[in-house]
Amino acid sequence: MAIVGSGVSDSAKYEIVVIGSGPAGLSAAARAAELGASHILLEASDQLALTIQRYQKGKHVMAEPGFLPLRSGIEFDAGTRENILSNWEQGAAKHKVNVAFRAEVIAITGEKGAFEIETRRGQRYHAKSIVLAIGLQGNPRLLGAPGQEADFVQYQLDDPDEYRDETIVVVGAGDAAIENALALATHNRVYIVNRRDEFARAKEGNLNKITDAINRGKVQGLFNTTVKEVIHKAEDNKPGVLLLNTADGEVRIPVNRVIARLGAIPPRDFVEKCGVQFPSDAPAAVPELSAQYESNVTGLYIIGALGGYPLIKQAMNQGYEAVEYIRGNPIKPVDHDLLAKKFAGLPFDYDVEEMLAFLRNEILLFKPVNPLRFRELILESNVFCPPPGDVIFARNDYTDSFYYVVDGWVEIVVDEEKDTRIRVTAGQFFGEMSLISGRRRSATVYAGEFCVLIETPRRSMMRLINSIDEVKRRIDEVFMLRAIHSQFAPNSDLSDLGELISSAELRNYNRGEVLFAEGEEGDELHLVRRGSLTVSRYINGRDVVLSYVPAGKYVGEMGLLGNIRRTASVRAAVPTETVVMKSGPFLQLLGRDPELKTQVEEQIRQRLSLNSRIEAGGEGGELLSFLMAQGLGEATDVLLIDESLCIRCDNCEKACADTHEGTSRLDREAGPTYAQIHVPTSCRHCEHPHCMKDCPPDAISRNASGEVTIADNCIGCGNCESNCPYGVIQMAYPGNKQPSVWSRILFGSEAKTTKSADAQKRAVKCDMCTSLKGGPACVRACPTGAAIRTSPENFVDLIKRGG
Amino acid sequence: MHTGFLRFADAAYLKVSIILSLASIVAYWWYDPLEPANGGTWLGFTLGSIGAGLIVWLTLYGMRKRSYRSRMGTVQGWLSAHVYLGVSLIIIGTLHTGFQFGLNIHTLSYVLMLIVIFSGMWGVVLYARFPELITLNRNNLTRHSIFREISELDRKASLLVEALGSPIDRMVITSIQLFSVGGGVWSQLAAHDSSKMMIPIMKGDKRQWKKVGNSQQAYLLDMLAQQVSVCRDPAISAVLQELSDVIRTKSGLTGRLLKDIRMQGMLELWLYIHVPMTFALLAALSAHIVSVFYYW
Repeated sequence: MAIVGSGVSDSAKYEIVVIGSGPAGLSAAARAAELGASHILLEASDQLALTIQRYQKGKHVMAEPGFLPLRSGIEFDAGTRENILSNWEQGAAKHKVNVAFRAEVIAITGEKGAFEIETRRGQRYHAKSIVLAIGLQGNPRLLGAPGQEADFVQYQLDDPDEYRDETIVVVGAGDAAIENALALATHNRVYIVNRRDEFARAKEGNLNKITDAINRGKVQGLFNTTVKEVIHKAEDNKPGVLLLNTADGEVRIPVNRVIARLGAIPPRDFVEKCGVQFPSDAPAAVPELSAQYESNVTGLYIIGALGGYPLIKQAMNQGYEAVEYIRGNPIKPVDHDLLAKKFAGLPFDYDVEEMLAFLRNEILLFKPVNPLRFRELILESNVFCPPPGDVIFARNDYTDSFYYVVDGWVEIVVDEEKDTRIRVTAGQFFGEMSLISGRRRSATVYAGEFCVLIETPRRSMMRLINSIDEVKRRIDEVFMLRAIHSQFAPNSDLSDLGELISSAELRNYNRGEVLFAEGEEGDELHLVRRGSLTVSRYINGRDVVLSYVPAGKYVGEMGLLGNIRRTASVRAAVPTETVVMKSGPFLQLLGRDPELKTQVEEQIRQRLSLNSRIEAGGEGGELLSFLMAQGLGEATDVLLIDESLCIRCDNCEKACADTHEGTSRLDREAGPTYAQIHVPTSCRHCEHPHCMKDCPPDAISRNASGEVTIADNCIGCGNCESNCPYGVIQMAYPGNKQPSVWSRILFGSEAKTTKSADAQKRAVKCDMCTSLKGGPACVRACPTGAAIRTSPENFVDLIKRGG
Repeated sequence: MHTGFLRFADAAYLKVSIILSLASIVAYWWYDPLEPANGGTWLGFTLGSIGAGLIVWLTLYGMRKRSYRSRMGTVQGWLSAHVYLGVSLIIIGTLHTGFQFGLNIHTLSYVLMLIVIFSGMWGVVLYARFPELITLNRNNLTRHSIFREISELDRKASLLVEALGSPIDRMVITSIQLFSVGGGVWSQLAAHDSSKMMIPIMKGDKRQWKKVGNSQQAYLLDMLAQQVSVCRDPAISAVLQELSDVIRTKSGLTGRLLKDIRMQGMLELWLYIHVPMTFALLAALSAHIVSVFYYW
């Protein structure tokens, strides 16, 4: 590896400049070196692959997705962080990759053939083409004071035990700064510098610890203080001095080390400044790219996590391919054979590229999708030809994938009793209801003649919806049409609904936001599209929750029928989206359809009688409020323990551990209790699982029967653990054989996990014992009937029966 | 929505148990053997066989409870049956004896059986009463969080005493060091707090530190109250009162903790009779069966 120091000439010219030395950039630079292209790899820090370097020591890194072959001059296979990093360093050295460290790029100007790249240290590089592979982690925020580039200023701390008897100033008020300061304080003299007068951003545990450490004088706290200057001059046997502005004037501290933990700057601003366009303002949006990874700036290629591909192997393949494309070699993408296999059984005589073009042209929804993203979407999707009459999915299934009809048609049953069906034909899509609401399928769908379908998993679809507004808008339109049709007018013709649908709109509510309040006037009807609502009334000076309204149900029907003074308040239990309908067109519809009128009146009658029962029941409403406060408004299946029956034997936990490789996925004792109903820490299988949000190998999914489970391709990254707001996911070692019944009885053996050197932690959570017949082991093992699993729709029963 | 094990399946096993008991009583009343009623008549033999079968099956509950992958009914169903059929054994077993008792292995088996059954009934009573009491006493705290709160209070107290100086600081610090709850079975069940603290005793002009009991922080609280009453410095007095509040909260939490330990102990205590006696019963029962067949 040729390392270019800081003394490089100002006018260096390269065919390819690669920015960022993560897996994508490194692989690109290695390919450029292999092909003999003049190149340089610019890295902002002083080591390769900073994100991987920052993984904890010995972390096992996986090589997902397993089906995709690796195409790179640099070796990569699943293994420990150390192995992978050493392979990469050797690979870089072998190919003589030209690297410049501490070369943080701050500007890119010019155009294809004549780009100019400027670094923070003022060097300029000239390039014909640029490969941008800076990932999503962003650069650490700098001190922002003169002298900040000093050697003794650092932006991370790997091992606090490395330093002893030093004077160290930690700058920052977040958790990272506090944790570093506390860890260093054992063996060093530590100052913590906070711009404000309190640690407002820190977690409560860290806040208590740092306050305590400051009170006890273990850490010196400097509040309302900013860094004025870093002076590179030895003083008191220390390499430099930190000059601070405090409330009481300037303070000089001779230091061995300054550690700045000021967070990171997300890369989007920088990327936009380079001229690259993003299709939307959504935080998850990724730049528009061609099938060759080229951005809207000709000659500027974007690969890896920044382009929307967070997995190491994908990123490395893209690095290789991007360089080939820059050199004008039209190689087939590495996924070509996979796509060919996918299209093999289809009744179209096209090759892979033709087939992709055909699909993109055929299906309206794909028009706004760029070719690269589309290719990825198809790669993640399933293409198949079901025989006529096949059930694609059944009503009440919990599946949440999305379907497009490529050829032929499918039939959706909108009225089970009368077997009314509507036909969805080529170019259209279906399955959007469950995708949006996260709830069970609302109708059964049968395959028709000549049926060719694409089935796309939820995650891929959500990524598309979040990054392309046009796709979202098209799906929303169809959603409203079908939701109103199936909920209110399955027997009327779609054309009769025109006015109602054009007057309907979508509205978003945050958790706790009021849709309408008791006593207000209003005549709108809300159909819940995602999330859930609570209905409450003000009784004896308190707001008492009377009922829970899940997605797919509606509220406000009394106002529609003329009773415009609201009799109860309606709030969003979780972030919720509703379809709002106006009274006028709805009344016209009722006038035309007496059956619907009876149905709405029946709904009102049921709601009123339920409300009065709960009001009479006393504690019930408060129990419902309590359950909603635990976030159960977004649950689909929750473990509830009746503490008046629970003898605290923990047989539930033992059963769970025994049936799940030695780790109990539920914590019986943790969690709050109200009126003897206890909500233990255990997965509630949310409608829109937070854990699914950011799973790099897409290992978390929802089964047809509703359970959210983590598959074996989990890479142990811990994203789901930190994304779960309910703390129900743990990272655990797998266990071997569990003790037998006899050893439990005779020797009191307990469940066990292994902790061998090559084992690695994976995310584990409740899977509702999908592999066991008869339901979850925790409930089946409860001797007294204290533990049950139930869904929020049944909470009303819980209250009526008084627990 | 929750159904206790006594009401499992509309108390189906209670009905089975009643039918079984009534059938045994009717048969005993109707059957008039030539010899005096005893276990050797055909009815006695039948009742004995049913009883022995029941005892073996009732023992299997312990296995079913730990067979976490078993799909053979739920543990709750098994417990429901275990309780009701176990109680019916009193009738079946007693009728099997034909009211012939003596100082022998047969009567020993019978007595052991009754001990097992009555200890089980005690367990049922505990199961019905204690769970609710434990929740009320816990007041939404876990045992872990009680310990955490106590150590947080200790930390506060140790910061407060820095302003007070000797000898109060040492007394408070020793009360933290010598805090002790739980221990042996008896201490747990008696809710015994064996916490201690050190106090200074003047012997002439020498000061000696002596250990005294400080159950539920009572000694320390008394001492602090006395200090407040003689304190003339308002600043010191304020610290002393704050310290008293902290220690009083700790005392309250300790009380909850002791009660919790006691009740959880009680929920398990009966098993230490029920289970060993079951094994003794199985041994005696085997001896009883072997001996009656040997001498038949």
